[in-house]
Amino acid sequence: MNWLKKTGRWINDRSGFSEMFNPLMNHPVPPGSKWAYVFGSATLFCFILQVATGIGLALLYQPSSDKAFQSLQYITYKATLGSTLRGIHYYGASGMIIMAGVHMLRVYITAAYKYPREMSWISGVVLLILTISMGFTGQLLRWDDNGVWSAVVAAEQMGRIPLIGKPLARLLLGGDTLGGQSLSRFFAYHVFLIPSLIFLFVGFHLWLVMRNGISEPPKAGRLIDPATYRSWYRNMLRQSGIPFWPYAAWRDAIFSSLVIIAIVVAAVVFGPPVLRKLPDPSAIITSPRPDWYLLWIYALFALIPPQIESYVMFLGPLLILFLLFALPFASNAGERSPIKRPWSIVASSFLVIVVISLLAVGNSSNWSPHFKAKLTNNISAPSDDSLAVAGITLFEQKACLYCHKINGDGGNVGPDLTHVANRLNENEMILRIVNGARNMPAYGGSLSRDELTRLVAFLKTRN
Amino acid sequence: MNPENKIDRRKFLVRITLLAGAIPAAIVSVPIFGALLGPLLQRQRQVWRKVANVSEINIGETKLISYVNADPLPWAGVTAKSAAWLRRESEEKFIAFSANCSHLGCPVRWEDKAQLFMCPCHGGVYYKDGTVAAGPPPKPLTQIEVRINKNDIEIKTAPVPITTITE
Repeated sequence: MNWLKKTGRWINDRSGFSEMFNPLMNHPVPPGSKWAYVFGSATLFCFILQVATGIGLALLYQPSSDKAFQSLQYITYKATLGSTLRGIHYYGASGMIIMAGVHMLRVYITAAYKYPREMSWISGVVLLILTISMGFTGQLLRWDDNGVWSAVVAAEQMGRIPLIGKPLARLLLGGDTLGGQSLSRFFAYHVFLIPSLIFLFVGFHLWLVMRNGISEPPKAGRLIDPATYRSWYRNMLRQSGIPFWPYAAWRDAIFSSLVIIAIVVAAVVFGPPVLRKLPDPSAIITSPRPDWYLLWIYALFALIPPQIESYVMFLGPLLILFLLFALPFASNAGERSPIKRPWSIVASSFLVIVVISLLAVGNSSNWSPHFKAKLTNNISAPSDDSLAVAGITLFEQKACLYCHKINGDGGNVGPDLTHVANRLNENEMILRIVNGARNMPAYGGSLSRDELTRLVAFLKTRN
Repeated sequence: MNPENKIDRRKFLVRITLLAGAIPAAIVSVPIFGALLGPLLQRQRQVWRKVANVSEINIGETKLISYVNADPLPWAGVTAKSAAWLRRESEEKFIAFSANCSHLGCPVRWEDKAQLFMCPCHGGVYYKDGTVAAGPPPKPLTQIEVRINKNDIEIKTAPVPITTITE
C-alpha cells in the first residue's frame, strides 16, 4: 500500500467521510430514470456556478450607490477577464432560470409532485421564487440607469399592495427616494439574505430526494396509492434499483457540464449586458426595461386593461402562488403518466406559449412611443400641394410619428397611416386628431387651426 | 423520585433551554430589524431647493430641472438627485411635476412641439397640465410644491410618488 492510500485511510477513519457520503453516492435509484432527470441537478450546478462567479465579482465590485457604476466599468473594461466573469454570471442566471423552469415542467408533466413528494414540490416553488428574486436583485446591482429605474418600477409595483404598499415601496428603495441606502440593501439581499435561503431550501430539497427517493418514470395505469406506495417503492428499489453513483450520476454530470460550457461560450461570444448610462435619477432620457426573464411581466403590464391593472399586479402573483402551492394537495394520488393526464401537457404547452409570446411582444414593445423615429425620404407629398408638404414636417414635430407608421417609418402604438385616406375622410380625420381616442392624445388644445389644416392636407395624400 | 416529577423536571428543562435560546435571539434581532426597517422608522424632512431663476424660464415653457433630495447620505453620489418638470403658466404661476410616470414610475419626457409628456415604458402620455392623455396611467402626473423666493424658483423635495391600488 502506498503512502497516498495510507493517508486516505487515515483521514477516512478519523473523519468518517465515507460514512457520510457513501449513502448519498450509493443510494439506489429507480431503473429508467434517464435524461428527463438531469434538469434539477443542472439547476443546482448553475447555482454553484453563480456562487463561484459571484464571489469573483464581489472581489471587484463596490456595493455603494456612488461607486458601483465605476467598479462595474472597471470589471468590464480593465480587470483581468472581468468582462467574461460578468458574462458567465449573467448567462449563468439565465441558465439557472431556464433549467429551473424545465425541471419544474418535467415534474409537473410526470406528476412527480404526488404522494409522498408534496414537500419536494413546495420547497421547489420556494426555490423558484428565490431564484427569480436573485435575478431581479442581480439586475439592480448592475447599477446603471436601467438599474435605478428598475428599482423605481419595482417599488411602484409594491405600492399596489393594499394597505402596506407604500411602506413596502419605501423599504425597497431604502427611503423616500433612491439614494445611499438603495444599493447597499439590494447588495445585502442579493449576496447574503437570498443565497442563504437558497442554501437552506436546496439542502431541504436534496434531503427529500434522499428520504423519499426520486420518482420512478411514470407508467400509464400504474396508480399512486398513498396506502401502499412507500412499501411498493422500497421493494421496487430492492429488486431493480441501480446505484446512483455512477450509473445515474454520469448523465447529470454530462448534461450539467454541457450547460456550463454553453454558458461560458455565450459569455465569451456575446459578452455581459452592456453598461448604459450613470445611475443618475435626474437624467431622464432613458428607456428602462428588465432583463429577459422579467420581460414577460413588463409586457403584461402594458397589455392588461388599465382598469384592472392594479388588481392584476397584486392578486396575480398571489393567485399564481396559491395555485402552485395548492397543486400537490389538489391531486396527490392516482395516475402519473402524462398520456393519461393530457391536460398537464395542454397546460404546460399553454404556459410556455404564453410566456414566449409575452417575451416576444415585450421585446418589440410596440406600445412604447418610438422616440428615435425620424422622417426619411420614404415620405413625400405632391410638390404642388404646399399645405400637404408643410404637413409632413408637422407630422414629425407633433410626435405623430412616434406612434404612427407611414411608409415603414415611425412607431407601432397607433394604426399605420400609410393609406389612411382610404379609410377616413377629412372630417373623420379632424375629429380623431382634435378629440383623440382611447389610446391617443387629443390634439385640440395644442394644434392651431392652420396646423390642423396642414396636417389633414398631408394625411389626405396618404392613399 | 416518582415518574411524574421526572416529567415535570424534563418539561422545565426543555422550557428553560428554549427560553435560553429565544431571549438572546429576540434581543439581538431588535437592532437587526432596526437596520432592515430603518427607512420606515426615520421620517425624512423635506426641504426647499432652488432650481432656477425666474428669468430663466419663459411663460408657457416646460423645463427639466434637477435637484438634490433632502438630506442625502454622503455615499449617495449621483443617486442623490431627482428630476422634475417645471412649467411657467403665467408671470406668477409655476407648476412642477414629478418626472415619474404615475403608471409604474418610469421617467416621462416632455415633447415640446407636441406639448405632451411621454413615457418610454408602457406608452403613457400626459397633457401639458399633467392630466392623462393616453395609455395606462391611472392618474395625472404628481405635482411638486413650487414657490418663488425673490428671483429664485424653489421646489420642495418629495418622495418618489407611489401609486396605490385605490388610485
